[in-house]
Amino acid sequence: MAILSMSKTLFKSLVHGPYTVLYPVKKKETYERTRGRVEINISQCIYCGLCQRRCPTGAIQVNRGNTTWSIDRLKCIQCNYCNEVCPKKCLRMNNEYTSPSFGSVRDDYTNARVSGDKENN
Amino acid sequence: MGNRTVIPFGPQHPVLPEPIHLDLMLEDERVVEAIPRIGYIHRGLEKLVEKKDFQQYTYVAERICGICSFMHGMGYCMTIESIMDIKIPERAEFLRTIWAELSRMHSHLLWLGLSADAFGFESLHMHTWRLREQVLDIFEETTGGRVIFSVCEIGGVRKDISPETLDKIDRILTDMEKELKEITHVFLSDSSVKYRTKGIGVLSKQAAFDLGAVGPMAKASGIKRDLRTQGYAAYGKLKFEPIIETDGDSYARTSVRIKEVFQAVDLIKQAIAIIPEGGINVKVTGNPNGEYFTRVEQPRGSAMYYVKASGSKFLDRFRVRTPTFANVPALLETLKGCSLADVPILILTIDPCISCTER
Repeated sequence: MAILSMSKTLFKSLVHGPYTVLYPVKKKETYERTRGRVEINISQCIYCGLCQRRCPTGAIQVNRGNTTWSIDRLKCIQCNYCNEVCPKKCLRMNNEYTSPSFGSVRDDYTNARVSGDKENN
Repeated sequence: MGNRTVIPFGPQHPVLPEPIHLDLMLEDERVVEAIPRIGYIHRGLEKLVEKKDFQQYTYVAERICGICSFMHGMGYCMTIESIMDIKIPERAEFLRTIWAELSRMHSHLLWLGLSADAFGFESLHMHTWRLREQVLDIFEETTGGRVIFSVCEIGGVRKDISPETLDKIDRILTDMEKELKEITHVFLSDSSVKYRTKGIGVLSKQAAFDLGAVGPMAKASGIKRDLRTQGYAAYGKLKFEPIIETDGDSYARTSVRIKEVFQAVDLIKQAIAIIPEGGINVKVTGNPNGEYFTRVEQPRGSAMYYVKASGSKFLDRFRVRTPTFANVPALLETLKGCSLADVPILILTIDPCISCTER
């Protein structure tokens, strides 16, 4: 039966200083693989709709006619599946998280491609 | 015979991380009977298998539980791989084992912290979780997620761990082992902690066997039952012995979990030492057709996965039997005769995961 068995640990932490990160002065470093939020390079997207079909939560909407790609940030579960199936590799997983919000956050991306205009496409 | 009173316990209670309700029949301060009621967080994840295709469902299977998320994903993938007769690369098996054992460490450290909180040892709770944070950082660095990894897929794993990172993990674990010894020493030898756990909630070996207890609950009662000995993933290539205790009380259950944390450290080190080179996944073509049962040893005990598929990309049936569900009858047995003040710690000793149980 030991008494005060915790004291060694407690004295160590007294001189150690805080183990936590002093947010917001200091922010926690993210890792290269940290799955934060999905980003798209819209100019390369071919609107094939694979990401929309594979998304487990149906967060992605692709409209080939209007050339729009949109994502519901709060539906997205950051599984990275869209990123892996994208044939043009125009999707990317950013390390930064979507900031908290009260309502739904929807990001729409529209490509300014002009049909038949080879120079600008 | 004293006065009989019924005290409702839960679903909201400071000690419970998740909702479970117990009607405690008391005779003065002693519990004579406990009647459980579950069903507060049923999410219908098994039904969802009809709406999401079998590849997408990997991400749903992981979300059955927040703590053993990797093992749920692994169990589901192993079942589908068995149906489709897929042999995954050896490196993927080792990587799965490493992540599974890290999950075990993370789960047990979480539980140790919660139990310290339940018997009112706040600083011990904080220090245990401080150590757990290092495991979560390893997860974030290797998989990209801290709790939900999304790293297991049908046919292998989605991400590799570089040799440098494996060395780093080895180093972190070596340093962590010293700190773990210091913290777990408090759980095992401090007089105030022992006063709350020693001899409390004794479950005899026969009772544990009859009630079908699994995991640390059964191991603490002297039943040598550990599914890892079957050798799924890379466990067949690693040397280990299931940990058992014979007392069957809360102290024995704490001790089993503490020893399993050290065992997990040892298993990860063994796996890192002999991990082979090679690919991490194989291409999956076609749809599953058939049915299969898989059993996996989770931190809380054995979990069973059943899948029935009929050749389409949507599965017919998916069923999970989680360890907490199997341990509830054993919990009710241990509650009989205990005092009301011991109920919170006894509920915690089965390591309840109600989200898993209700899916």
